[in-house]
Amino acid sequence: MQEIINIFVKSVFIDNMVFAYFLGMCSYLAVSKTVKTSVGLGLAVVFVLVITVPVDYLLNEYLLGPGALAWIDESYKTVDLSFLSFIMFIAVIASMVQLVEMVVEKYAPALYASLGIFLPLIAVNCAILGGSLFMQEREYTSIAQATSFAFGSGIGWFLAIVGIAAIREKIRYSQVPAPLRGLGITFIVTGLMGIAFMSFMGIKL
Amino acid sequence: MSEMFSKKNLKLITNPLGEDNPITVQVLGICSALAVTVKVEPAIVMAISVTAVLAFANVIISLLRNTIPSRIRIIVQLVVIAALVILVDQILKAYAYDVSKQLSVFVGLIITNCILMGRLEAFALGNKPWPSFLDGIGNGSGYALILVIVAVTREIFGSGSITLPGFGEMKLIPQAFYDMGYSNNGLMILPPMALIVVGIIIWVQRARNKELIES
Repeated sequence: MQEIINIFVKSVFIDNMVFAYFLGMCSYLAVSKTVKTSVGLGLAVVFVLVITVPVDYLLNEYLLGPGALAWIDESYKTVDLSFLSFIMFIAVIASMVQLVEMVVEKYAPALYASLGIFLPLIAVNCAILGGSLFMQEREYTSIAQATSFAFGSGIGWFLAIVGIAAIREKIRYSQVPAPLRGLGITFIVTGLMGIAFMSFMGIKL
Repeated sequence: MSEMFSKKNLKLITNPLGEDNPITVQVLGICSALAVTVKVEPAIVMAISVTAVLAFANVIISLLRNTIPSRIRIIVQLVVIAALVILVDQILKAYAYDVSKQLSVFVGLIITNCILMGRLEAFALGNKPWPSFLDGIGNGSGYALILVIVAVTREIFGSGSITLPGFGEMKLIPQAFYDMGYSNNGLMILPPMALIVVGIIIWVQRARNKELIES
């Protein structure tokens, strides 16, 4: 249990998707103009991460990883299909996003209306694929750990985008040098936020 | 031949290097651009990989553009890109294993690099294969340019050296400087400085080219 909480805290603060690995930067920069839309996108990312990472974990454990096919027959023990993982992961993500979109549209129209345009965009958000690839690289040992990692990374991404959106709303009223306006200042502010987040790095869990 | 390299086609290569740069102007492909720029060598390898995948994905999608139903085009694009990225990943693992370890998940993340989807959607779906190929090379080079500038800045100030593929690490700052009390700026190696360096590149570019300034 403690292990799972450790993974969660670590992936929110220390290994933050945006500040430590720059994942999901494109949508982070494009959709962070107002707090309201960034909350919508942030929630959608948490949602999709929590669904796709455990599914990809199972795929990796029982289909793709080295020796994963041993459950069919002992003779398959030497098969290693991990070179297929990119294409499998992206297929899972694209189809999950489609599925989630249809389910949300049917059963939670209000949520669908607020997430609407962001859901399909998420299929190509690198934070989602990055989540699955890090899960594979870090070799989590149980599905609970993988889920906790996914939830933590999602929350970390959510915090980052809501934070930058709030700052950008305020920046609009300040005198930024003309060539820095918009994109330039957002990069620099993100860098400063990243330095602030680095203060968590010394924490040993 | 002159038709193939007409002025219009050459613009496809030169524009993304400056006023239509994928990173600083179109805001595409930021994630990987920042994460692999601590040293010059991985940055160059990454830039070459992205350019190769982009050029070939552009050609393939452009060849298929009239047969892909628009509703499933995203999935088709992802499959084409993923197949090419698997090739690149296997080649890197076979011939440049150390670099491929350094790049870790970022080779796989070329799949979701927005430059790819962005250029496929914006260019390859509406143009013939040859211009699409040039567009891929052009945008890949624009991406490479920024990557190399950021990586050179970070490595010189952060480690005092330059690491080129095939040459190994070269010390740029003489030992005498260190003896006099100069020390490397450890902050440059840390992730946030990549963002600030890109921010400064954008600043310089927009100060020189007023048309790019956002209102």
